[in-house]
Amino acid sequence: MRENFRKRINELESRVIAMGKTVETAIASSVKALKDRNLEEAEKIIRDDEMINRQRWEIEENCVNLIAMQQPVASDLREIIAIMNIVTDLERMGDHAEGLAKIVLLLGKETPVEAFTHIPVMADKAMEMLRKSIDAFIRRDAKAAEAICALDDEVDELNDKVYHKMIQSMISQPQTVTRATYQIWAARNLERIADHVTNICERIVYLATGSMHKLPNISTY
Amino acid sequence: MAALKTRISIENLNMFYGDFHALKDVCLQVPQNNVTALIGPSGCGKSTLLRCVNRMNDLIDGVRTEGRIIIDDQNIFSPETDVVLLRKKVGMVFQRPNVFDQSILNNLRFGLRIHRQMRSKSETMELIQKSLEDVGLWDILKDKLHHNARQLSLEQQQRLCIARVLILLPEVILLDEPCSSLDPIATMRIEELLRVLRERYTLVIVTHNMQQAARASDYTGFMYMGQLIEFGLTQGIFTAPCKELTENYITGHFG
Repeated sequence: MRENFRKRINELESRVIAMGKTVETAIASSVKALKDRNLEEAEKIIRDDEMINRQRWEIEENCVNLIAMQQPVASDLREIIAIMNIVTDLERMGDHAEGLAKIVLLLGKETPVEAFTHIPVMADKAMEMLRKSIDAFIRRDAKAAEAICALDDEVDELNDKVYHKMIQSMISQPQTVTRATYQIWAARNLERIADHVTNICERIVYLATGSMHKLPNISTY
Repeated sequence: MAALKTRISIENLNMFYGDFHALKDVCLQVPQNNVTALIGPSGCGKSTLLRCVNRMNDLIDGVRTEGRIIIDDQNIFSPETDVVLLRKKVGMVFQRPNVFDQSILNNLRFGLRIHRQMRSKSETMELIQKSLEDVGLWDILKDKLHHNARQLSLEQQQRLCIARVLILLPEVILLDEPCSSLDPIATMRIEELLRVLRERYTLVIVTHNMQQAARASDYTGFMYMGQLIEFGLTQGIFTAPCKELTENYITGHFG
């Protein structure tokens, strides 16, 4: 009974890791598509989001079955609850990658307001946070999870920079309003992705310690 | 939430069966009007601890007890304690329903007679009705009070045993695996009954069934090798226990 349970939990963990990789790839591809103005790639990302959604439902269904059939308690229960929450955040992150891909389509072949400088950096940081969070999840490392949240501030700062730059552009060159708005949206998607990583980190802290609380350094706007 | 009142205070309790040290320095404050569950692997001392509270262990040869159990400002181990009165105040329900091979009525009257609770016939009937109502049997049995109690289903027999305790107007009810001979539906109904009874009584239940402890109790104590390892709110014990031993036991690593 116990061994079977552990085996199924390990399988779930592997699925979470795989889903984390899929989401990371979606983010990387969407930012690359944005830089390269690659409309075909953007369309593919939008189609592939369905795969992420499916992964989430499959993992969640497995969690529900484990709860119903094994009646887990203590750390076993916390792990399943953590996984259910983590995959919800991963799925939302996938939606934001899809959001970025939609912006690629909206921008079309039009020239961006200015070359993308901050957005790829934001994407790199968000992906770094994601990788580290999955790693912390596997290691049940509450300290690492808390440390990851500090990176969210950096993503927020970059988001602010993009926002102010675009507003300035809108004021000085009203013909850029539409394109500048798209770029604000793009940054906003990445900023939200980083926020979802902090949610994942909170779940890791819960899993490791049993304490359910909001972690510091989390943007609330 | 109102401040928690202690109903039974167990202080540095040690118990020996001959050379065997069965309970080791157990300290436990049992909260009033709550269901407290004691869990732990076989032989951990949970039933022994339960049986200390109404001095059932006195019946076993070679038992030696150290420490105190305070109920109503009195140490139950002191020479002045009237054990019969103690067992009236602290009633007990056992694993298998132990109804007497007599009528339902006699089963209920028996305790009143033993404790010389002489009452008028109408008062006795009132008490009988009340105690059967409390365990949800009155409507079913009111016309069958002269039937033999052995004819009842096991669940009904166990309910009758609880009624037999209630009729003596106890304050604390000890239950030693009260559902182990019942099917899941009957078990669920007894658990529901416990939740109702805790409004008026303090209940302590020993159970092998961890899910039962999780479902039916407010507080849980985990015992291992004669020691009380951890005691706390049931929801805390079953979601984030403080002690590794508790965690390992409830997640099925041993026991």
